[in-house]
Amino acid sequence: MNRIDKLFQDKKERVLNVYFTAGYPQLNDTTTILEALETSGADLIEIGIPYSDPIADGPTIQESNGVALENGMTLKVLFNQLKGIRDKVSVPIVLMGYVNPIVQFGVENFCAKCEEVGVDAVILPDLPMFEYLEIYKPMFEKHGLYNIFLITPQTSEARIRQIDENSNGFIYMVSSASTTGAKTSISLDQSDYFARVKNMNLKNPTLIGFGISNAETFDKACENANGAIIGSAFIKAISEEGNLEEKISGFVRSVIG
Amino acid sequence: MKIQVDERGYYGNFGGAFIPEMLYPNIEELRENYEQIVQAPDFQKQFNHLLRDFVGRPTPLYLAERLSEKYGAEIYLKREDLCHTGAHKVNNTVGQILLAQKLGKQKVIAETGAGQHGVATATVCALMGIECIVYMGEVDMARQKPNVERMRILGAEVRPATSGSKTLKDATNEAMRHWINNPTDTHYIIGSVVGPHPYPEMVARFQSVISKEIKAQLLEKKGKENPDYVIACVGGGSNAAGAFYHYYNEEDVQLVAVEAAGLGNHTGESAATTVLGKPGILHGSKTLLMQTEDGQVVEPYSISAGLDYPGIGPVHAHLFETGRAKFYSVTDEEAMKAGVLLSRTEGIIPAVESAHAFAALNQMTFNSSDVVVINLSGRGDKDLETYIKWGKY
Ligand SMILES: Cc1ncc(COP(=O)(O)O)c(C=O)c1O
Repeated sequence: MNRIDKLFQDKKERVLNVYFTAGYPQLNDTTTILEALETSGADLIEIGIPYSDPIADGPTIQESNGVALENGMTLKVLFNQLKGIRDKVSVPIVLMGYVNPIVQFGVENFCAKCEEVGVDAVILPDLPMFEYLEIYKPMFEKHGLYNIFLITPQTSEARIRQIDENSNGFIYMVSSASTTGAKTSISLDQSDYFARVKNMNLKNPTLIGFGISNAETFDKACENANGAIIGSAFIKAISEEGNLEEKISGFVRSVIG
Repeated sequence: MKIQVDERGYYGNFGGAFIPEMLYPNIEELRENYEQIVQAPDFQKQFNHLLRDFVGRPTPLYLAERLSEKYGAEIYLKREDLCHTGAHKVNNTVGQILLAQKLGKQKVIAETGAGQHGVATATVCALMGIECIVYMGEVDMARQKPNVERMRILGAEVRPATSGSKTLKDATNEAMRHWINNPTDTHYIIGSVVGPHPYPEMVARFQSVISKEIKAQLLEKKGKENPDYVIACVGGGSNAAGAFYHYYNEEDVQLVAVEAAGLGNHTGESAATTVLGKPGILHGSKTLLMQTEDGQVVEPYSISAGLDYPGIGPVHAHLFETGRAKFYSVTDEEAMKAGVLLSRTEGIIPAVESAHAFAALNQMTFNSSDVVVINLSGRGDKDLETYIKWGKY
C-alpha cells in the first residue's frame, strides 16, 4: 500500500505536510531535515527539486531554489542522498518540482529512482493533465508513484471532478490565487471555495496549501480539509541562525502545538 | 508536410500548454474565445482600422538598391521599422488590447526585453485607457533606458525583474507570477510567439499581416507573390513568424531565421538556441531550450536585449527540426557591422536585433535574379547607446 493511502487511512484530520527545498540551506541537509521533521511530528514531507525558473513560486522559495542550485543540488545528487532513507524515515515523501529537470533526467528513469529510494508521489505544477494521462501515467503506475494535482479557487467544478477522478493520494488545494508565500494568511473570502469543495465530497483527501504559516492558519485550514501544507514559512524558519534540528522542532511545535 | 498548429497547440513535437493549474482558467478562457473574437467582423474592422491609421500600415516594401548591388541579389526591406513605436511589436499589441477589451479585462501586464514590446503595450494601453504594468529585467532597464522612460511617459508602470539573469526570461517569469496572483481582471500581453498555447499561434496571426502585405506588394512590384528568400531575426520569433506565416507552406520560398551568437557560439556567451539548445519546457511550451544537463535554464547572452532569450517559439523549433527554415547565427560584432553598413548604404539605422538579419547576408550566396525580402523589424533609435558603446563607426 502506498504510504500516503496508509497515512490518510489512519489520520483524517490535522495532517501536516511540510515542504523544503533540497540542497537548502546546505547541500547535505536533506536527511537531517527529513529526520527532524518526522521526529517533530510532520505527517508527510515534500521535497522541492530546485529549478532555475520556478514560476509558481514567490520570493522565499525562489531564493531557496537559487541557493540550492548554487550549492550543487541536482536530481542525481538528491537521489544519492535519499538512498537508504527508508531505514530512517517512514512518513510519506513527495517530490515537488517543475517538469523540465524531470524530462532531462528521463521520466522513466526518474520514476524508477523514486521507487528505488522510496518516494511515494510527485507534484509537478506545470505538467498538464492530458500530458500526464497520455505520456506519464503508465510510467508512474509501473513504479507505484502517485501524481498529485492542484486545484485553485478558479478551478471549475467540472474540472475538480475530472482531477478527483484522475488523482491518487490527495488533492492539493491552493488556498488562493497566488504564488507560494505571497500571502501570509488565509482570509474569509476563501470560505466559499472551501465550502464548495467540501460539499463536493471528493473521493480523495484534500490538503490546503499556500498562505499557511502558523498555528492560526493551520487550524483554519484544518477546519476545511484533512490538513495543510506549509512551505515558505518553514523555509524562512530554517533560514535563521541556530541549530537546524532545533529550528525544525521549534517550528513544527509552534504550528501543531 | 504542412506547417500548422494542432488543437493541443503543437507544431509537430513542440508547443502545448505547460502551465500551473493557477493559470489554467486564464489560458482556457483565451483558447476557447480568441478565434471567435478575432474572426468576428467588428474585431477585424477595428483591428484593420488601427493598423492603418494608428500604426501606419501597410509598411513599405522597399527595394534597397545599393545593398542589392553589394550582395548581387534583388533585396527588398519590409519596413517594420516605420511602424508607430518603431518596431513590429505593435501589430501584436493592437490585436491583443482589442482582445483584452472583448474579454472584459481592466488591466494589462507585459514582459519586455529591448523595451519595444513594453513600449508597444504601454502605447495601446494609453490609447484604450487601460492600466498597464510592464516587467523588465534590471539589466535591460539599464541598456534600454530611453524605452523605460517612453513607457513611463505613456503612463505605464515599469517593474524591474531582479531574479536570475535580470533579462527577458526573468521578466517573463515575473509577468507570469503576476498573472497567477491576479488571474481574473488582468490580461497578459505576451510579446512574442512563445508561452502556452494559444499564445504562439495568436501572436503569429496578429503578426502575419507582415507576410500578407509582402505578398501583395511583391505581386504589385514583380508580378508574383513569392520571393526566393525571406530573412528575419529570431528572439522569441514573432517578427520572423509574421514574415514567414503566409509562406510556411510555399515550398519555393526559402525561410531564413537568424539567431544571436553573442560573442560566439562556443564561448558560453550566446543566445543561439537552435545551435545550443535541446528540447525542453520554458514559459509554458515545449520547445528548443538552452539548458544544462540537469535541465536548468542557461542564461543566454546577446548584445541585443530583444534576442537575449534562452528559447525560441515552438513554431520555430518545428521549422528547424523539419528543415523548413534554415537557421544562421550571427555574433555581436557581425551584427553591429551590418547595422552600420545598412546605415551607410541605405540611410537606415536598424535596431540591433534587426541588424542580425542583415549580417546573415554575408553567410549566404545568391543568384543575381534572386528576390530576397529582409524583415527590418525595428529602428535603431533605442539602440544609440549600444552603437555608441560599440563605437566602431
Ligand atoms: C526590433 C526588434 N526585432 C526583433 C525582436 C525580437 O523579437 P521577435 O523574435 O519576437 O521578433 C525585438 C524584441 O524586442 C525587437 O525589438
